[in-house]
Amino acid sequence: MQQTRIVSVDELAAMVPDNCYLAIIKDDSSAPSEAVRALVRRGVKGLHLLTVPTGGYPSDLLIGADCVASVETSGVSLAEFGPAPRFGSAVKSGKIKIKDATCPAVYAALQAGEKGLPFIPLRGVLGSDIAANRDDWKVIDNPFAEEGDSDPVLLLAAIRPNVALIHVEKADRFGNVWVGREKELATVAHAAHCTLVTAEEIVDEDLMASTTTAAGCLSSMYVDAIAVAKNGAWPVGLGDLYDRDAEHLRSYAAAARDDDAFDIYLQRYVFAAPARASA
Amino acid sequence: MNCKPEELLISLIAPHLAACRHICVGVSSPIPGAAAQLARCRSDNRIIVNLLGDFRHNSFTSGGQEIFDMAGQGRIDAFFLGGGQIDGQANINLVGTGSYPETDVRWSGSFGSAYLYYLVPNVILFREEHSPRVLVPKVDFISAPGISPPEHHRVGGPKCLITGKAEFSFDPSAGRFTLVSVHPGYTLQDILDSTGFDFDYVEDVPTSVEPDDQTLSLIRGPVAEQIRGLYPVFADKVFG
Repeated sequence: MQQTRIVSVDELAAMVPDNCYLAIIKDDSSAPSEAVRALVRRGVKGLHLLTVPTGGYPSDLLIGADCVASVETSGVSLAEFGPAPRFGSAVKSGKIKIKDATCPAVYAALQAGEKGLPFIPLRGVLGSDIAANRDDWKVIDNPFAEEGDSDPVLLLAAIRPNVALIHVEKADRFGNVWVGREKELATVAHAAHCTLVTAEEIVDEDLMASTTTAAGCLSSMYVDAIAVAKNGAWPVGLGDLYDRDAEHLRSYAAAARDDDAFDIYLQRYVFAAPARASA
Repeated sequence: MNCKPEELLISLIAPHLAACRHICVGVSSPIPGAAAQLARCRSDNRIIVNLLGDFRHNSFTSGGQEIFDMAGQGRIDAFFLGGGQIDGQANINLVGTGSYPETDVRWSGSFGSAYLYYLVPNVILFREEHSPRVLVPKVDFISAPGISPPEHHRVGGPKCLITGKAEFSFDPSAGRFTLVSVHPGYTLQDILDSTGFDFDYVEDVPTSVEPDDQTLSLIRGPVAEQIRGLYPVFADKVFG
């Protein structure tokens, strides 16, 4: 196990290979917006995007910037600012392949991944068109059911993303990452082969030195690299540290409905903007 | 009517939640959230309410998976679902219209519906828009089915459908909705004209009961304050 590296946001983005299986987490837990802007600037291609379990602004931006070949998701939206326009048009046109899921299936498959299991069963889902369109899922009869009872159960293949990209409030200089109550960040990191983190700040204090902070930590064992990204979730909010930028998200939602306006948005907020927070 | 349409809907949803121990409300759901808080106020705070996305009114500490683990064990009594399309068998569609996957219209996705609909005993279908484009004869994509064959493990499902115009109950054995009441300002004919699926009804269908003064003071007092943090725009619009 190698030591966690402290890098810039652009260096972090360079560690995400083209065509890889990339996991990002829902906007109200951990939106890696600054890292995603750096990915767009580096021109990453062919990503197989997994949203855990849903996607928002960073997912829509990656899809709109032609970085994504397929997306597995339980839903991509801009929440109160409406549908995710780039996601919607890319699915409708067939530009990206869609694998529709449901939230607990994404979590359960990652939990199988973190345990090193090949698959995991899940209740529900049977008889839906989600199940009908997922030929990578299987149904078996519950082998523990009472003799003579039929109890079909869905089986999901384990998920092990190549890379998990997460944004957090703080990490320490030893590579430990504070996730607080957002425990799905740890679930994703455990399941992924590589975890890349942006943090609002890197503190000197060892977060593993006290049980109080250690209990809310993802330890450096799982963390490959960390970059500082101040306001790195912007325009999405981050926990109780800062609120979303409603005005910006509203203007993004409008711009993303139109090809030309979206290109102007990318020029202005992604390509013309240096990784201002990465210094 | 003695109140705003949103307040009527809050007061109509809340009685369905009275016997619950634990109610969860999904994101972007101010009216269901307010109804859950009204039920909690009336229960003398016996009912636990978790509003997803709200730090203050949310007891989950084990990540996004916890709500689904709890539902799987039967620890959640009520949840709310909607849909871009809802049909007469209570199938819901949150994915899109036209043929999948390159649909004519693409919505966000199914979220937790394909699981919670099966496992939460009291699912309340809620959609303010009551029109033939929403309430359709047959959904184009089944995010989650309203009913399941007997061999499928299913302890949950739809109890009722509440819209901006009416309230329906759902009978899973018949796989059909029955019109329970029509909101003030609408007629039975309005409901027949704006509902794309067949449903059962009586000619002299009652009018939905408007909230009494005590209910309105709860909604405008403690309930408004409890949801203002998560839904400031909604609270300003409805409660001032």
